[in-house]
Amino acid sequence: MPSHTFVLNGRPVTVEAPDDMPLLWVLRDKLGVTGPKYGCGVGVCRACTSHLDGEEFQPCTLAVRDCAGHSVTTIEGLADGETLHPVQQAWLECDVAQCGFCQPGQIMTAVALLRRTPAPTDADIDQIHNICRCGTYPRIREAIKKAAARRTATKPWPKP
Amino acid sequence: MDNARDATAPEAGGGTAQDGVTPRAPGPPHRRPPAARRRFLTYLLAAPTLTVAAGLGRDTAPSAAGAVGRPEGPSGGVRLPGVSGVPDVLSLGDALIVAGLPTSHLLVLEITTAGHAVLHLPRLEVGQGLTTTVAMLVADELDARLTDVDVPLSDGRPDLLFNQLTAASNSVRSLYDPVRAAAAGARARLVTAAAQRWGLPAAGLRTADSAVLAPDGRRAGYGELATAAAVIATPAVPATPKPPDRLRLVGRPTGRIDARSIVTGRAKYAGDLTVPGAVPTVVARPPTINGTLGSLDAATARTMPGVLGVVTIPTGVAVLAETFDQALRARDALRTTWNPGPLAALSDAGIRDRLRAAHSPFLVPPLLTHHVDGEFDFAFVNHAPLEVLTAVADVRANRAEVWFASQTPIIAQQTIAAELGLPQSAVTIHVVRGGGSFGRRLFFDAALEAALVSKAAGRPVKLMWTRNDDMRHGRMRPASHHRVRATFGLGEVLSYEHRVATVRTDFGHGLGELLTAAGFGPSAAGLSAAQAFFLLSERNPYDVGVPTQLLSEVPLKMHTGSWRSVYSGTVRVADEIMMDELAHRLGQDPIAFRQARLRRPEGRAVLDRAAQAGRWGRPMPAGQGQGIGYHEENGGRVAYLVELDAADPRQPRVTRAVIAADLGQVINPRGLEAQLTGALVDGISVILQAGNHIDHGAVREGSYADFRYARQRHTPPTVEIHLLPPNGPPGGAGELGVPAASAAVANAYARATGTSPRSFPIDF
Repeated sequence: MPSHTFVLNGRPVTVEAPDDMPLLWVLRDKLGVTGPKYGCGVGVCRACTSHLDGEEFQPCTLAVRDCAGHSVTTIEGLADGETLHPVQQAWLECDVAQCGFCQPGQIMTAVALLRRTPAPTDADIDQIHNICRCGTYPRIREAIKKAAARRTATKPWPKP
Repeated sequence: MDNARDATAPEAGGGTAQDGVTPRAPGPPHRRPPAARRRFLTYLLAAPTLTVAAGLGRDTAPSAAGAVGRPEGPSGGVRLPGVSGVPDVLSLGDALIVAGLPTSHLLVLEITTAGHAVLHLPRLEVGQGLTTTVAMLVADELDARLTDVDVPLSDGRPDLLFNQLTAASNSVRSLYDPVRAAAAGARARLVTAAAQRWGLPAAGLRTADSAVLAPDGRRAGYGELATAAAVIATPAVPATPKPPDRLRLVGRPTGRIDARSIVTGRAKYAGDLTVPGAVPTVVARPPTINGTLGSLDAATARTMPGVLGVVTIPTGVAVLAETFDQALRARDALRTTWNPGPLAALSDAGIRDRLRAAHSPFLVPPLLTHHVDGEFDFAFVNHAPLEVLTAVADVRANRAEVWFASQTPIIAQQTIAAELGLPQSAVTIHVVRGGGSFGRRLFFDAALEAALVSKAAGRPVKLMWTRNDDMRHGRMRPASHHRVRATFGLGEVLSYEHRVATVRTDFGHGLGELLTAAGFGPSAAGLSAAQAFFLLSERNPYDVGVPTQLLSEVPLKMHTGSWRSVYSGTVRVADEIMMDELAHRLGQDPIAFRQARLRRPEGRAVLDRAAQAGRWGRPMPAGQGQGIGYHEENGGRVAYLVELDAADPRQPRVTRAVIAADLGQVINPRGLEAQLTGALVDGISVILQAGNHIDHGAVREGSYADFRYARQRHTPPTVEIHLLPPNGPPGGAGELGVPAASAAVANAYARATGTSPRSFPIDF
């Protein structure tokens, strides 16, 4: 079976898997990284959203061979040890989560958005397609704005 | 310390192992009358550290006939003219509370030597925030730090009979008193243990921050006292829950206790569990609902990489593999033929015809008076919780364990045991947090499948439905058709008839048995469980002549189930649309028209607040409109005022929402606001765009791409919530908002577009 080497949450990993296995199942079933969730398997619900070299992507639709040599960050790799990322912190302060299942993907999407667009407008936030079946959208919006305001007011974020 | 609490003197003669506690008669702001005086007994359980069980004294257990304590009438159950429904006397929530009475003494609170208070919760957490709410109640009553309170979900406990059902927005209503009683009983024993240790009068001690404090400054943490307190049968101070003015946490906006585990990805759902040896499993299913397997050739699939087994079960063909990807690929390689399901000849149009034909006729003929008639269609709606059904099962020769998110673990245990041919006591149900439910996890389809596959394959399995499985074979709010006729004259509504026809809702998760236990025997009354539920839950809140509402059911062999707010999600929406249309015909303002007819004054305050905060009646540009919706149920009442922009009628958007709610004693305002917000998004979705079609016995939609639950861009940037001051005991909040939010969206759409929407979702 082919083996694939990439950086996962800051550490190099090598895993044996068929080339075309979606990264989501490599993460969940082979590496025990369960923060990225299965919600549809076709890139629609975006509950698995993670980062590839700092950019948002859906591991359910990316083959593991295409990760070779790249850096993958899941929700587990976002905080710096016990120090939460500013977006995670904003999520806590706004008490965003209900069932929580979509929230790893929502947070990773928000971080990517804020990297591209440091002060997003409502229209920018409207472009987020991640589904939250509990309907936490207004608090997601509030938390993104809070994180954005805090960053522009203080200091830059940790590097991806 | 401000939030410390003095222990008061013991009652003379208190000498049993039970703490009899009569709740303080509610004074202002609790203005509802105390009903039956219920004694909450706490029991000491034999355990190494302090373990208290709480409950309601059987000697004073009220009967179902009106003494449940919370008659929904304004003055202790006095019936008013025009009262339309059974819920005025006995509501569904009351029935659930009564059914839980005989076993609620088994609610267990444990104090560990590490100083943690552990409340074993016989309910499911699916995002409604219940674990946080219960932790707050415990922490407040115990004077413990919130971070010292743990609320694990209990395994299925058949001894609880009907008291382990998470449904009908009933958890807080049924747990509020017993949880506080348990915590008060524990606190009294901890104080007593400290008094004995220090040789001080217990009455002089205080409690704060998970410790007992002496006047001389000595401090003993609860952990240090837990062992000594475990043998104190009779506390030296009364175990009386705090009066409302001493509450320090209850009523304060509080973040979820599991929020950090969620935002770091550590929170575990069934699919994230690492049960040794449990292998990924998926199921090939027929194209039509309840289709059956014709033929199977699994030869290719069995040889594919990672495949560990192929097992036929009644619902399809299960494939076990080392990873879900391999299981899915092998599933797709199965060569199967399927026999069409029982509905294969039926599509939406045929279902609509059957619903229309099922109605009983109106009593009032149309020709005698002025009247308004309205007919409404609501489509099927999948529950679509984001976490697909997932269950881990480990079935051995003589025992079985199953892990999944269950609202009904006792019924699940009974059913799974029977299917496996094991005694009920040999099956353990581990209740795992769920990624949403909305009624879906009343049923345990995936758990039963997982148990059957594990038994057949002889190994533990982790069985997951795909999204497509859940859309095509999952459960749905049944389609319904509504026929409403209101007659009026001299500015008044004279009669109001509402005929409801639905595809039969499946309540086969123990509801009928529960209602029988509560003394309300649906079968004895010749009713189906669905009709009993309808009768107990549906109530028109307005004085509109003599309102009648009748349910007719069309039984179809398909998967239906209660969907957040159940019948009210369609019945009350149709009512609220009719209220707008009646107000228009009578030349009255829709809110004033409702207020003049509400039977209970509390509802008027809620409508007032929404109207004022929402600037009801403010001028709106062309293509935009405001809409109002009101609903009361489960001991609460709520009004939604929304503004909707339909300048592009194909892409209507709710741009603003103002919500006013009165839910009695609010435990966590932040959690309540989350529920009311979620209900708003549900309302936007089911009214404007999300539903399911049936084509030749199959569900058309397959994922969130075509089941169009709202995204960020469909929801309002501004949501404003106003909670009215505490007024009576806590109401149930999980479902309350859906009917009012849905109605507000429909009414705003009507006003923005100048149309009268009759079929929902509107863009379907």
